[in-house]
Amino acid sequence: AENEPSWETPCYELLVYVSTPGCDGFPSLDSKESYKLSVSKGSMLLSAETVWGALRGLETFSQLVGRDENGTYYINETEIVDFPRFPHRGLLLDTSRHYLPLRAILETLDVMAYNKFNVFHWHIVDDPSFPYESSTFPELSKQGAFNAMTHVYTASDVRTVIEYARLRGIRVIAEFDTPGHTLSWGPGAPGLLTPCYMGKAPSGVYGPINPIVNSTYQFVTSLFQEVSTVFPDFFLHLGGDEVDFTCWKSNPEIRAFMKEMGFGEDYKKLESFYIQRLLHIVSSLGKGYIVWQEVFDNDVKLRPDTIIHVWKENSMQYLNEMANVTRAGYRALLSAPWYLNRISYGQDWIAAYKVEPLNFAGSPEQKALVMGGEACMWGEYVDVTNLTPRLW
Amino acid sequence: SRCTMGRAMGLAGLLLGLVVVPAVLVSTSLRHGAPRTEAEPEPSGWELAAADAVPEDSLWPLPQWVRMYSRQLQLAPSRFQLVHGAGSSAGPGCGLLQDAFRRYYEYMFGHSRRRTRGRRPLAARAEPELFQLQVVIEAGDPGCDRHPQLTSSEAYHLTVTEPVAILKAYEVWGALRGLETFSQLVHEDDYGSFLVNESEINDFPRFAHRGVLLDTSRHYLPLKSILTNLDAMAFNKFNVLHWHIVDDQSFPYQSIYFPALSDKGAYSSNLIYTPTDVRLVIEYARLRGIRVIPEFDTPGHTQSWGKGQKDLLTPCYNGGQPTGSFGPVNPVWNTTYDFMTKFFKEISSVFPDEFIHLGGDEVDFSCWKSNPEVKEFMKKQGFGTDYAKLESYYVQNILDIVSSYNKGQMVWQEVFDHKAQLKPDTVVQVWMANNYAHELSSVTGAGFTTVLSAPWYLDYISYGQDWKKYYSVEPLNFLGSEKQKKLVIGGEACLWGEFVDATNLTPRLWPRASAVGERLWSSSNVTNLQDAYKRLTNHRCRML
Repeated sequence: AENEPSWETPCYELLVYVSTPGCDGFPSLDSKESYKLSVSKGSMLLSAETVWGALRGLETFSQLVGRDENGTYYINETEIVDFPRFPHRGLLLDTSRHYLPLRAILETLDVMAYNKFNVFHWHIVDDPSFPYESSTFPELSKQGAFNAMTHVYTASDVRTVIEYARLRGIRVIAEFDTPGHTLSWGPGAPGLLTPCYMGKAPSGVYGPINPIVNSTYQFVTSLFQEVSTVFPDFFLHLGGDEVDFTCWKSNPEIRAFMKEMGFGEDYKKLESFYIQRLLHIVSSLGKGYIVWQEVFDNDVKLRPDTIIHVWKENSMQYLNEMANVTRAGYRALLSAPWYLNRISYGQDWIAAYKVEPLNFAGSPEQKALVMGGEACMWGEYVDVTNLTPRLW
Repeated sequence: SRCTMGRAMGLAGLLLGLVVVPAVLVSTSLRHGAPRTEAEPEPSGWELAAADAVPEDSLWPLPQWVRMYSRQLQLAPSRFQLVHGAGSSAGPGCGLLQDAFRRYYEYMFGHSRRRTRGRRPLAARAEPELFQLQVVIEAGDPGCDRHPQLTSSEAYHLTVTEPVAILKAYEVWGALRGLETFSQLVHEDDYGSFLVNESEINDFPRFAHRGVLLDTSRHYLPLKSILTNLDAMAFNKFNVLHWHIVDDQSFPYQSIYFPALSDKGAYSSNLIYTPTDVRLVIEYARLRGIRVIPEFDTPGHTQSWGKGQKDLLTPCYNGGQPTGSFGPVNPVWNTTYDFMTKFFKEISSVFPDEFIHLGGDEVDFSCWKSNPEVKEFMKKQGFGTDYAKLESYYVQNILDIVSSYNKGQMVWQEVFDHKAQLKPDTVVQVWMANNYAHELSSVTGAGFTTVLSAPWYLDYISYGQDWKKYYSVEPLNFLGSEKQKKLVIGGEACLWGEFVDATNLTPRLWPRASAVGERLWSSSNVTNLQDAYKRLTNHRCRML
């Protein structure tokens, strides 16, 4: 046959050399994921500063191994020097619109590792359901899950996800989105949500979290105390998106509060009032936070190390937002052009691939504030029957 | 396997869509007797007003005539039987029905653990027990060992009352449809008891040709995918599998007379359909009352044929020299027709359906135009520069060949549009989305039967609840006489395979195709989207 490859010395081992210890720790935003891979006659060496880099290098190594028609495994002489361009490369799964069984989440983590993703953004609860089993507030999932026996994540499930992710160099950032997107919290936490009014009487319908009562902040403190302990990552995602003001406007107590505070008719100020207190609570728990862009857009006072998550997409407006966010000195994450739940016919991967996150007008210092981005798979039309082929 | 209709699944199903059903729909029948669980959470607007599934809230497609009573009967899995009724022309020798009885028993009770005799005494519940569903076939020849046809009867009459329910159908095909409906009526209450409401149903399909097109050339589909799909089709009362088996990209059909076609044309040697595979598909379909119409699309869409059959495709020319690439089937050589005669002889015997789909779509004339022999032939025939005439010349020859084997033909609309001379019973499939109502008028105006696919290209995915737009199609919304409208024999949901393989076929096709299924079976006045949404979400859960 033509071009018979000359098999050199058979390779027996890939030596993995890691310079900084840290097998038992958790990956973080600052983790170094660089590695060097050297495959030559008689020696294969993977060296990395950290175990996280070693994981990335192992994935690459596995992609280099080929198999010929005779079934022989082979690998070409190779030199690779690799490191990620962006330190935050995430994937969002939504387990509230549809519950995703543990195996679906774990399978997703496997495929994330194949693709060198390193953040699992777990949008765990929202309006439709509350599957997170809280030890402090067990009623939340008892009343708020689709089915409290079958459609919940127990503490053990959550630990399993976190450890499975860790072993793949993936951070788990939980999102407990407030004050909007919280309808499912209501049944298990009476008095938490704002009662909407129809004229003088409550309509029976509820709105966002009630920002004017102390009980709200006690609840939030306790819940986030628990969440901060359960999820080891430094960051929590606090949501803050799409707060509908109609219910607040309808509630006479809230209107009175607005007057008292001198907020006028600007309900964004009330939203800020809540968010600021929430951020303060979470800060004092020793956590950093990521928030959706509305929190920035609505002029909430933020800590300088807040990360703003840019998601609104309207004919490339997101690039302006990236410029604004970074100009104000905040770090940014990009998701706007990567809403993978918005399916369309054909090879739509191309449009996602063509996105250049730094294609906005700004100084190099600004651009350095872009930490990375996240592909989002919102769950309105997604469950375990179609998640994998829709996402990958 | 089918899941039970627990409230959780019902809620999850309801939330598949964004539309919040604001109030419990008033229904003419009464709810079944199982009590709502106590400690109803405060009406917070968050919890959708999900009524406990009312029995007819999960019928799909909706039968022509349903009468539901509030009285319920209970079924004991250990005792309930599906049997042949007295006076039926079919009996235990009817393999098709025997197989269906077992299949539907599994669907209804399969997950239940109470299939062997239970320990609770007989009189544990208040409701009377339904012991049997008796199936009575009325035609002298029930059709057990035959293949379904366009003219088969799929009508059935179902009476559910104690102590036995009766399912009457003219032929076994109607019995299959009725069994599916019966299985949709049986529901489990909160305590795990199987109940069915006393009811009477009279049903038959609005359109006789209700198909799904699968494309196994752009991507090979393993047998399992095809069979799973046939199961899903039966849940939705589809009765035609239009098997677009070969095309440009690959030729997976293993031909007995021309083995080189798949040897050279398939993606690889294990990505083929052997004669055994094909027989399996045909029989699996038959047992579900589904016809298998194969499509061997020519003269275009045939690149893969040229790999294993030399001198079949037209060599393209550039500046007097062959370029090395090939175009459509060569219509001027006698060898082409010798080949087609032999090939279609095989196809006619392998596929028992009365019809074969001959394709005829999207023929690119540029290669023909470049070929000197073809140009010469055009001159001789007096076709001028109208290559549509050459295409028609070719197609007419194929129609003749296939006719001689006593098979009817289906063709894509271009064959009609380009004015080929069709046989009187050739079925024209309308697929071009642009102004298809006008095409329907033309085709039926010329006296041909037609099948509609244009608005139902399910491979064209988009975000959100696109099932609604498929559901809202009214096939007979075109200008034409009553006589013309009768020529529309049905439609087909198409799932072309450019972006589809076994990893994503099922979630892409279902339950979107269900919308098409109801449109083709149910009465034209069944158009309410809210009601459809309710039934479809329940049906989807059941299909899982």
